[in-house]
Amino acid sequence: MSHPSDRVYSKDHEWVMVDGDIATVGISHFAQDQLGEVVYIELPESGDAIVAGDTFGEIESVKSVSELYAPVTGEIIEVNDALGDSPETVNSDPHGEGWMLKIRVADSAQVDDLMSSEEYDAFVTES
Amino acid sequence: MPEPLVRTPLYDEHLALGARMVPFAGFEMPVQYEGIIDEHHAVRTRVGIFDVCHMAELRVFGFGAFDFLQKTLTNDLSKIGQLGRAQYTLMLDDDAGILDDLIVYHSGDLEYLIIANASNRVADFEWLAAHAPDDVELVDESDRTGLIAVQGPQALAVIADLAGPEWTAPARFSLAEATLDNAIPCLIARTGYTGEDGVEILCRASDAAAVWRLLLSFAQVTPAGLGARDTLRLEMGYHLYGNDMDRGVDPISAGLGWVVNAAKGSFVGSSRIAEIRASGPARRLSYLRVEGAIPRPGSPILHEGTEVSKVASGTFSPTLECGIATAYLPSELAQTGTELEITIRKKHVTGRVVSAPFVTSTSLSAS
Repeated sequence: MSHPSDRVYSKDHEWVMVDGDIATVGISHFAQDQLGEVVYIELPESGDAIVAGDTFGEIESVKSVSELYAPVTGEIIEVNDALGDSPETVNSDPHGEGWMLKIRVADSAQVDDLMSSEEYDAFVTES
Repeated sequence: MPEPLVRTPLYDEHLALGARMVPFAGFEMPVQYEGIIDEHHAVRTRVGIFDVCHMAELRVFGFGAFDFLQKTLTNDLSKIGQLGRAQYTLMLDDDAGILDDLIVYHSGDLEYLIIANASNRVADFEWLAAHAPDDVELVDESDRTGLIAVQGPQALAVIADLAGPEWTAPARFSLAEATLDNAIPCLIARTGYTGEDGVEILCRASDAAAVWRLLLSFAQVTPAGLGARDTLRLEMGYHLYGNDMDRGVDPISAGLGWVVNAAKGSFVGSSRIAEIRASGPARRLSYLRVEGAIPRPGSPILHEGTEVSKVASGTFSPTLECGIATAYLPSELAQTGTELEITIRKKHVTGRVVSAPFVTSTSLSAS
């Protein structure tokens, strides 16, 4: 499975898909594969403000726990609450039903700084 | 510079299966193939196979072998007087600190085979050598011995198929010779670390890959890694050396008094054991069920706002779909039903003391 080209990616392995000033955020296929089967996800609340580079939640697999880092600054307008009951969706469909947040982006220039799918594929191959 | 990691004879098999490899006890071992939870369920419902070639095999033989091990280990060796029988036992220091937990097999006349933890291989051998009399010989056979665990409700059917119609399966905690696929000489031990019925296959290290491939030729067999091995053993409340016990812990506090036989006479650590039994242990290894987060080794445990312990072993139970943990609790708190607070990073969750095992219905409990 490769990383779709309809979105951009952060060094912390989040993907960002922008529609107008709304960014949908999830974790990449590479990230979910590294984590293994996800059993808990801790996400913020709708209405919270988040800042690029800060942690916004946690994702935990049987073996390990990782922080989730905000790829852009803005206000959270929607949270994928379905992941609370079925966190394994992040493994089965990381780029689709496994999305985590919708953010109203404060500064669209931050999106431009993220990696294209080609750049991200090269990034994970090197790391 | 850290020591370079050792590879088991199955290393190339793991790579070919796409395993994720991690360092463990000085070895490069598979932590998972397809996924820990699927591998866990495969063992609980069908058959999983594990590379445990990293474990140590120490052979002890000679006219003094029985007397020597009866004095050096905690369980009563006379209970496995019959050839082929095996028992779980401990090796202690003089202060009753646990040096290792072992399975001892009565593998031959005047001869015992010990399977020990990989991380303790050298220390165990040196301890045994230092205590052994002249009429006992010790051989470290770890490098030339392969060990593959075959675990799950359908494990015995697979082994019976490979061993041929003349073969009779050994009873639980016993071993028997077998020739797999009419070609490979093995010892089949009906032991394991998962709570399921199953065996551990001892073979030449050079035959291990062939045995592994024979096992994988059965559709119901799934390769399983160290990740599933840990979730399976913790669901059963089985101890892991280094997490649930070490030299700083005595067997009574660890809940392993059942393998410490006082009636057999004195053994290394026995006088200290008698003192601990008389006064009662100050703390006991306890089992905690945790909802809402996964306890990890080192997570602080609080009672009425005061830290009373840290998590020893902790993981997610794929069977119960909740967190499970062990911890040494002050004896007054080590009562089932006691609720404690566990701090898991920024979260505070409740851990409830339960009795082991966490999971009670397995092919082993049914047999």
